[in-house]
Amino acid sequence: MFSLADQLLVLVLLINFISLGTSRLIFSIRAVAVQGVILGILPGLMHPFSWHLVGITIVIIAVKGFVIPMLLSRAVRSAEIKREFEPFLGYVPTLLLGAIFAALSFGFAGKLPMLPEHQYYMFVPASIATLMTGFLVLTTRRKAISQVIGYLVMENGIFIFGLLLADAMPIMVEAGALLDLLVGTFVMGIVMNQISREFSSLDTSLLTSLKEE
Amino acid sequence: MFAALIILPLVGAAVNWLIPNDRLRPKILALFAFAHLALTIQLLSFTPPESPDGWFNLDPLGKIVLLSTSILFFTCALYSIGYLYYRLERSNRVLCVGILVCLSAASLVTITHHLGLMWVALETTTISMAPLIYFNRNAHSIEATWKYLLICSVGVALALIGLYFLAYSTIVARVEPSLLLDDLIRDAGKLSSGWVHAAFVFLLVGFGTKMGLAPLHTWKPDAYGEAPGLVGALLSGGLVNLAFLALVRVYQLCLATKEIDFFQNALIVMGLFSMIVAAIFMARQPDFKRMLAYSSVEHVGIMAVALGLGGRAIFGVLFHALANSLTKGVLFLSSGNIHRSYNSKSTDHVRGALRRLPWSGGLFLAGFIAISGSPPFAPFISEFTIVSSAFIQGRMLVGAIFLISLTVIFIGMALTVLPMVMGEAPAESEKTDYRDSIWTVGPPLFLLLLIFLLGIWIPEPLMTLLRDASALLEER
Repeated sequence: MFSLADQLLVLVLLINFISLGTSRLIFSIRAVAVQGVILGILPGLMHPFSWHLVGITIVIIAVKGFVIPMLLSRAVRSAEIKREFEPFLGYVPTLLLGAIFAALSFGFAGKLPMLPEHQYYMFVPASIATLMTGFLVLTTRRKAISQVIGYLVMENGIFIFGLLLADAMPIMVEAGALLDLLVGTFVMGIVMNQISREFSSLDTSLLTSLKEE
Repeated sequence: MFAALIILPLVGAAVNWLIPNDRLRPKILALFAFAHLALTIQLLSFTPPESPDGWFNLDPLGKIVLLSTSILFFTCALYSIGYLYYRLERSNRVLCVGILVCLSAASLVTITHHLGLMWVALETTTISMAPLIYFNRNAHSIEATWKYLLICSVGVALALIGLYFLAYSTIVARVEPSLLLDDLIRDAGKLSSGWVHAAFVFLLVGFGTKMGLAPLHTWKPDAYGEAPGLVGALLSGGLVNLAFLALVRVYQLCLATKEIDFFQNALIVMGLFSMIVAAIFMARQPDFKRMLAYSSVEHVGIMAVALGLGGRAIFGVLFHALANSLTKGVLFLSSGNIHRSYNSKSTDHVRGALRRLPWSGGLFLAGFIAISGSPPFAPFISEFTIVSSAFIQGRMLVGAIFLISLTVIFIGMALTVLPMVMGEAPAESEKTDYRDSIWTVGPPLFLLLLIFLLGIWIPEPLMTLLRDASALLEER
C-alpha cells in the first residue's frame, strides 16, 4: 500500500503549490483542509488494520480537515476579508521559489541514507518540500490568516516525516505533539480575532509600532 | 514524587480557574507555587531513582534548572499578590491559571529524559505564556503576542523536525528506535551521521529561537517590553533556562557522537553575535523594559558562548543559568513597580526613581550592577569563570569580543539606568496610586539577597550539584 501513499503525496505536493499561488483565502484554507484529510488517510495505508489506527485516523481528519479550517474560515468571515493583498513577495516569484525548494528537497533527501523499505518513496522529500512551502507562505504574506495557513502547512510537512517513525515515537508523545500544535493554532485564531478587533484588519504589516527608532 | 511535581501546579490551575474572586486568586497561586518549591527542595535532597522505563530522571542538569525555575516562579507568585492588587480593573484569571500551567510544563521539561516529551512540554510553556503577554489588552501587546507566538511556534516546530531526524537516525542505524536521551547516548556511535548532523542544525535553530539567540531574537524585545513585569521575569528567567536545558540535552548527544566541534563553533558564533546585537541595541534605548530584553539577549549569548567553549566554562554557564534567572527576576519585578508608579516605561518620563520609590529604584539599580557582572553578586563569578576559561583555552579573539561587548553593554545600560534612578522626578509626571509595599518590594529583595549570598558563598550542596552537572558535559 506504500505506492498508493506515494501517489497521495504527489497530491500533497500539488496542494502546496495551490497554497503558494492563490490569493483567495477561503480557497487556500480549503486546500489545506484537503491536505489535512489526505494526511489523515496516510497512516491507514501504511499500517495493518487496528482500532487504534482507526481512532488516530478519525482524530487527524477531524482536527486537520475540519476543526482548524472551520476556525480559520470563521476568522476570515468575521474580519470580512477575501483576498491576500500585496504580499511581500509576488505570487509568481513565490511559486518559482516553491518549485526550487521542492527540487532542492529531492536533492537533500537523495543525499541522506534511507531504510531500504523507504528508499524509493517520497516521504522525505515531500515532507521537506511541504515544510519549506509553509515557511515560504509564512514569511511572504501580509495577512495574519495567511501566516497561520503557512504554519499549518509547515506542521503538515512535519507530520509526513512523522509517518516514518511509527515505532520510534510513542503514541502519547505523538498525540501530545498533535495536541500542542492544535492548541497553538487555536490560540493563534483567538489572537487573530483580537487583531481584527483592534486594527479592523488582519494585516500584520500594521503591526509595526514596536521597533527600534 | 515526579508525578506530584507535575500535577500539583495543575491542581492549582484548576482551582484558580474556578475561583471567581480576583483578590483571592493570586494568594492561591502563591500557595501552590510555595508547595511546588517545597516539593522541589525535597526532590533535590532525596532524589527518587530513575523511573523504570527511563522516561523520568532528575539528573544534576535538570536539578539546577528546576531549582532556578521553582524559586523564580515562587517569588513571582508572591509578587503577584501585591502587583495584581493594582490591576483589579481586569480579570486576572487567565494570568493566574497560565502561570501554574506553565510551571507544570516547566517542571516536566526538567525531569524528563524523553526528548519527545520534553518537546511537548516546551511547546506547552510557549503557548501558556502567550495569553499572559497579552495581559494589557492593547494594540502594542497584541502585536507582541502575535510575533512571540508565531516566531516561537515556528522555531519549536523546526526543533520537532530535528527530533524526528534524530529518531530516524536510530531507525536507519537499526538500533532500538527511541528518543530516550540515555538510549541515544548509548547508541551514539552507531547512529547514521547524515541524519544526526541535519538534526543538530534544526535543533539548534529551533531551541535557539525559543531561547532568543540572535539573529532569532526578534520577538524578544516586543514580548518582554509589552508583557507585565511579572511575566517578563518568568520569560527571561524561566523559559530561557528551559530552552537552555533543551540545548544542553542536544549538547550531551553531540558529545556522545563526537561531532561536538561543529555544534560548539555554531554556539560560539551565535552567542557572540547575540552579545554584539545586544550591545548595539542597548545603546540609547529609550524604553527600559526593552533594554532588559536586550540584556536577556546578551545573557543567552553568554550562555551559548560558554557552552561552545566547554571545559571550565561549563561550570560557569551552569552557575550563570541560576544567577541570571534570579537577577532577571530582580530587574523585571522592580521595573514593573517603576512602570506602575510612573505609568510609563519611557526614560523621557521616568527620572529620579530613587527619590520617588527608594526601594524599587534601589533594587533596579542593584539589579543593574549585578547583571553587568560586578562583584559581589553571583553573575560576577559565573561571567568571570567563563571569560577566564576563554583566555585559558587560548581563544583570545572569543575572549576579546566577549569582554568588549560586556563593556559596551555596561556603558549602554548605565546610560539608560542611571538617569532613570538618579536626579529629580519631572514635575509634570503622572500621579498614580502605586506605593512601594512589602508585597511588591519583598520578592525582588529576596532574590537580590540570594544573588548577593551566592556571590560571596556557594553552599556545599549547590557546589556538589554544579560539579556533578558539569561532569555530565565533559568532553571525553
